[in-house]
Amino acid sequence: MGTRNPVTWLGSPAFPEAARTALADTQLRRNLRNATTTIRGRRRDAVGELPDWEQLRRAGEAIKDDVLHHLDRYLEQLEEAVTARGGVVHWARDAAEANEIVLRLCGDAREVVKVKSMATQEIGLNEALAEAGVHAVETDLAELIVQLGDDRPSHILVPAIHRNRSEIREIFRAAGLDPASDEPRVLAEAARAHLRRKFLSCEVAISGANFAVAGTGSVVVLESEGNGRMCLTLPRKLITVMGLEKVVPTWQDLEVFLQLLPRSSTAERMNPYTSVWTGVTPGDGPEEFHLVLLDNGRTATLADPVGRQALRCIRCSACLNVCPVYERTGGQSYGSVYPGPIGAILTPQLVDDPHDKQAASLPYASSLCGACFEVCPVRIDIPSVLTHLRAQAVEAKGRSAESVAMAAAAWVFASASRYEKAQKLGSLARLFARDGRISWLPGPGAAWTSSRDAPVPAREPFREWWRKNRG
Amino acid sequence: MASARAEILGRVRDALRDKPTAPPVPRDYVRSGEASVELLAERVAHYRATVHVVAEPDVVPLLGELLAGKRIVVPDGLAWDVPGMTALRDPLTVAELDAADGALTGCAVAIAQTGTIVLDGGPGQGRRALTLLPDHHVCVVRADQIAGTVPEALERLDPLRPLTFVSGPSATSDIELDRVEGVHGPRRLEVLIIR
Amino acid sequence: MKKVALFATCLTDTLFPATARATVRLLERLGCTVDFPLDQTCCGQVHFNTGYRAHAVDLAERFASVFAGQDAVVVPSGSCAGMVRHVQPDLGTVPPPTYELSEFLVDVLGVTDVGAYFPHRVTFHPTCHSLRMLGAGDKPLALLREVRGLELVELPQAEQCCGFGGTFAVKNADTSTAMLADKMRCVLDTGAEVLTAGDNSCLMHIGGGLSRLRTGVRPVHLAEILASTEEEPWAPETR
Ligand code: SF4
Repeated sequence: MGTRNPVTWLGSPAFPEAARTALADTQLRRNLRNATTTIRGRRRDAVGELPDWEQLRRAGEAIKDDVLHHLDRYLEQLEEAVTARGGVVHWARDAAEANEIVLRLCGDAREVVKVKSMATQEIGLNEALAEAGVHAVETDLAELIVQLGDDRPSHILVPAIHRNRSEIREIFRAAGLDPASDEPRVLAEAARAHLRRKFLSCEVAISGANFAVAGTGSVVVLESEGNGRMCLTLPRKLITVMGLEKVVPTWQDLEVFLQLLPRSSTAERMNPYTSVWTGVTPGDGPEEFHLVLLDNGRTATLADPVGRQALRCIRCSACLNVCPVYERTGGQSYGSVYPGPIGAILTPQLVDDPHDKQAASLPYASSLCGACFEVCPVRIDIPSVLTHLRAQAVEAKGRSAESVAMAAAAWVFASASRYEKAQKLGSLARLFARDGRISWLPGPGAAWTSSRDAPVPAREPFREWWRKNRG
Repeated sequence: MASARAEILGRVRDALRDKPTAPPVPRDYVRSGEASVELLAERVAHYRATVHVVAEPDVVPLLGELLAGKRIVVPDGLAWDVPGMTALRDPLTVAELDAADGALTGCAVAIAQTGTIVLDGGPGQGRRALTLLPDHHVCVVRADQIAGTVPEALERLDPLRPLTFVSGPSATSDIELDRVEGVHGPRRLEVLIIR
Repeated sequence: MKKVALFATCLTDTLFPATARATVRLLERLGCTVDFPLDQTCCGQVHFNTGYRAHAVDLAERFASVFAGQDAVVVPSGSCAGMVRHVQPDLGTVPPPTYELSEFLVDVLGVTDVGAYFPHRVTFHPTCHSLRMLGAGDKPLALLREVRGLELVELPQAEQCCGFGGTFAVKNADTSTAMLADKMRCVLDTGAEVLTAGDNSCLMHIGGGLSRLRTGVRPVHLAEILASTEEEPWAPETR
């Protein structure tokens, strides 16, 4: 359909620039430091409690790989099973098509309730519905905070993680909810009161899905607050938008993910509520169930043998919480609904346009420290995918000052004698030294010396010493 | 519509032209675990739910104590007849459910390791809304319903039924990633485990 | 007697020769015969990590031929050892058995007490690639604990990345600096006079920050501490 993929926000600057702004936001820095520090420790405890954590991770990885390798078969199975149980399956090639389908299914409804879902954020569903006069009410507390604050999400699990309690109270006040204090319990109460009537009266609900079982057609949503249960059971019609890759082969496979996901995301043994439904159950829950299967760049991602592992992601957000870059820049710097390490590898692949400068900057938003890989419950080797995508970005960019410098360096390193000449030439940097330090370098060196002294090149490289003493 | 389906499946097959293979799924993780009343009680209490461990003959008297004088939603097929409370039975509107003081149910399975109870809409549990709208959920678990681990629990469950896994009262971690209880679902969860 | 080949790494060869000299001294003291193939240059890590894969392949091939036939290559750098051992095979080359220095000492030579003497208050930064790619764990700490005179202070939040990350340090200089600031704060909190690590690249970054702010904390590579003895104690290099 040729329209841009709304997975990135129009007009977002490239990562380094966006990060510069975020790094100067002192409140943001403090909020993120507090939140990520808390959750890291709790995740470590929750995971440490299971002696078979590594086995579970390996099983999770293998199940997801099997899914990806036979995705066509599992999707067909899923469609058949859902249909057999009274559900209707729809296929959407991209965001625009998915939005159209959902809008059509909303029928006459002017207001719909929504459970937090990354897929619907990715396709910009709320905006598309609003344009057609349908108001989508976010019912997850953090989503509600973002929606009421006319803000953007900054985390895949806790979209308002960049806000602290007093900021949230202000947002609620401005929106006419009136929390008596900034106690989290009181703020949660205010959200409860605000949404109660909508739950009881809405005719249509929209959700995402954490998993869908190909063999049985069962769809699974994990949540905490009960807003999910409200949306999944009370309205007459339920529309679920799900990325293609969320399918798992069998009911038994969930025994792995129902252990991996809660401990990795909210660091609990189990999240408060998990709902499982299969098609339509007469007398219990919605009378109509629609499942929208979303591609929107996923098949393009699947086509990359290295990059496809990003589709194993179960959106737990553990990689965000441990990421030293994310902790400092926050999620909005990534310019996408998928921030952090997973965003850095997933967003550019979903965008699938190597000339999109903002998306191409994301794989560089990492020091490659590997903390993300260490915690990922489905063992996505994020650092390897990052370097892989960097190679693609380099190829797409063609000749640049950097590529010339890199080629020159490679040429120097290709011969020991050229390398030794360069060492001698490089020792000219000694000219910049004052009192045994170099605090300023010209050109590209300036990015280094803006905050760090540079080492003064030695009078004698090691190899000279070796020649004299051991050669 | 058919064309989107065909096109997506075609793209998937194209994307997999390299015929990737993966080793079989290793299932060497722990399958079974302690299925004790004590462990379940400890783990449920950890979520700040109220837990009572009782002997069979004490169930009805205790329920009577807890629910006396209250308007309690009761699903069909509940094994306990509790004196002193007003039992509300389907058909009930959402407004009636919302106005009830609580709901009393059994469960299908409980998971000791994670402190979870699972409802499957069977006898004594009812449709999902019954345990959702009332602000207080009292759930009775029999010892033989306790599974040790998540894998053991899933084995006992039928995915074709509507399932709700409940681990503690409704909660949120959305404010500063700190868990607080009580949002949309029942704010009080009370679990009676029969020894 | 164990024969080893030293891969000094281009960074250490050029900018931190004292580390390479110390590595030679240390290994020889422990009874090894050290060779330094003069044809060596660079493992290709910067090229690979920045996305210049073709150059990285060339350099990996070059590395494999320069070190072909060696029983053991020892590298005083966790990230370069990681590049050789974990990345180069994916680039289609077959590197010889390669060890980061502390791994070689503890796993191959089987020593933790290397007879070192270093009378200073020291804190240790584990560096991400040693920790996560190589899984070197607390081998460096085991070595440091046996050094006479050395007062080892635990670094708070030691496992957090320092923010170097190769070209990340200049491509995302602001974020890198923010990470550096927190790492420096942790280092300063220890009251150590020396910060050590198994990788001169991270030390160059953290040390560059410590120097800029005149903190009075000096970066010293692990090899230099382990090479230091009562007879021949470590002394800062004059440049
Ligand atoms: S990449 Fe892994 S750690 Fe990150 S959100 Fe996805 S599953 Fe979780």
